[in-house]
Amino acid sequence: MLDLAAHILDIAENSVRAGARLIEIDIDEDTAKDTLSIKIIDDGQGMKQEEIKKVLDPFYTTKTVRRVGLGLPLLADASQRSGGSLQLESEKGKGTTVKATFGLSHVDRQPMGNIVSTLIILIAGNSDIDFFYKYRHNDRQFKLDTREIRKEIMDVPINHPEILKYIRGVLEEGFSEIKPEA
Amino acid sequence: MAKLTIADLKKIKEKVHKEMSLRDGDRRVKVTVHMGTCGIASGAKEVMDTLLQEIETAKVNDVIVTTSGCMGLCSREPLVTVEVLNQEPIKYEYMNPNKMRQVFKRHVLAGEIQTPFVLAKGSEVTK
Repeated sequence: MLDLAAHILDIAENSVRAGARLIEIDIDEDTAKDTLSIKIIDDGQGMKQEEIKKVLDPFYTTKTVRRVGLGLPLLADASQRSGGSLQLESEKGKGTTVKATFGLSHVDRQPMGNIVSTLIILIAGNSDIDFFYKYRHNDRQFKLDTREIRKEIMDVPINHPEILKYIRGVLEEGFSEIKPEA
Repeated sequence: MAKLTIADLKKIKEKVHKEMSLRDGDRRVKVTVHMGTCGIASGAKEVMDTLLQEIETAKVNDVIVTTSGCMGLCSREPLVTVEVLNQEPIKYEYMNPNKMRQVFKRHVLAGEIQTPFVLAKGSEVTK
């Protein structure tokens, strides 16, 4: 995992496997506080209290095909290396929120990487799930909500190449306007 | 470039509608990119991005792309499964953007299995 966009994709894939219908990805860059925070909020099946304690253990997984589960431990490590931390909130049947904070200007903070492709992959690969994406850089903000797009396109599938091209365009425009630092 | 608006989205929708009525509901190929932690860490993201861009350039709409989780063969990642309608699925191992382009052009579009990259034939059984 060399960039934060890859971590975001990985954690959001967890939400997909947890049966989420709506996944919210919320990124916030604050230059004054020198922080970068990434929140992934889902309405999936959630976890029990005892599971929450175990997920940061790399040798804990719910899968049966292998004996390690590295997604969350890797994200926790990436945030701690830059002076940040990882917080987990989850309730069985309600959903899970993963929040990772990073030191924005810390030398060991991984670069954001290609966040546009992360979002396109999530939307294309999970056409039945909705994504609400927010990116804030100080006072500038950019939002994309697939529920709004779905309302407009009606019966056209959201993973149709033309629609994905449009979403890619909207995301690239949004980023050029808010000029992220990460 | 002019700003993309909801009006643009409506235009795209109408255009797609016209095309859809001409060729209805044909899903010829399903491509699955395995997107577990292991896959992502070894480059599945770039592979999937390449695939989506190839589909866009080739202007095909009978290919569907999905993602799936880890199936336990982490050392062979990135893995891609190509499933042509009425044929056995083919699993490709150690994928990268260049191999993905080749598999898309030769296998997905032309139907020739790219044997040098193949890991296995058939689908996995998840316990």
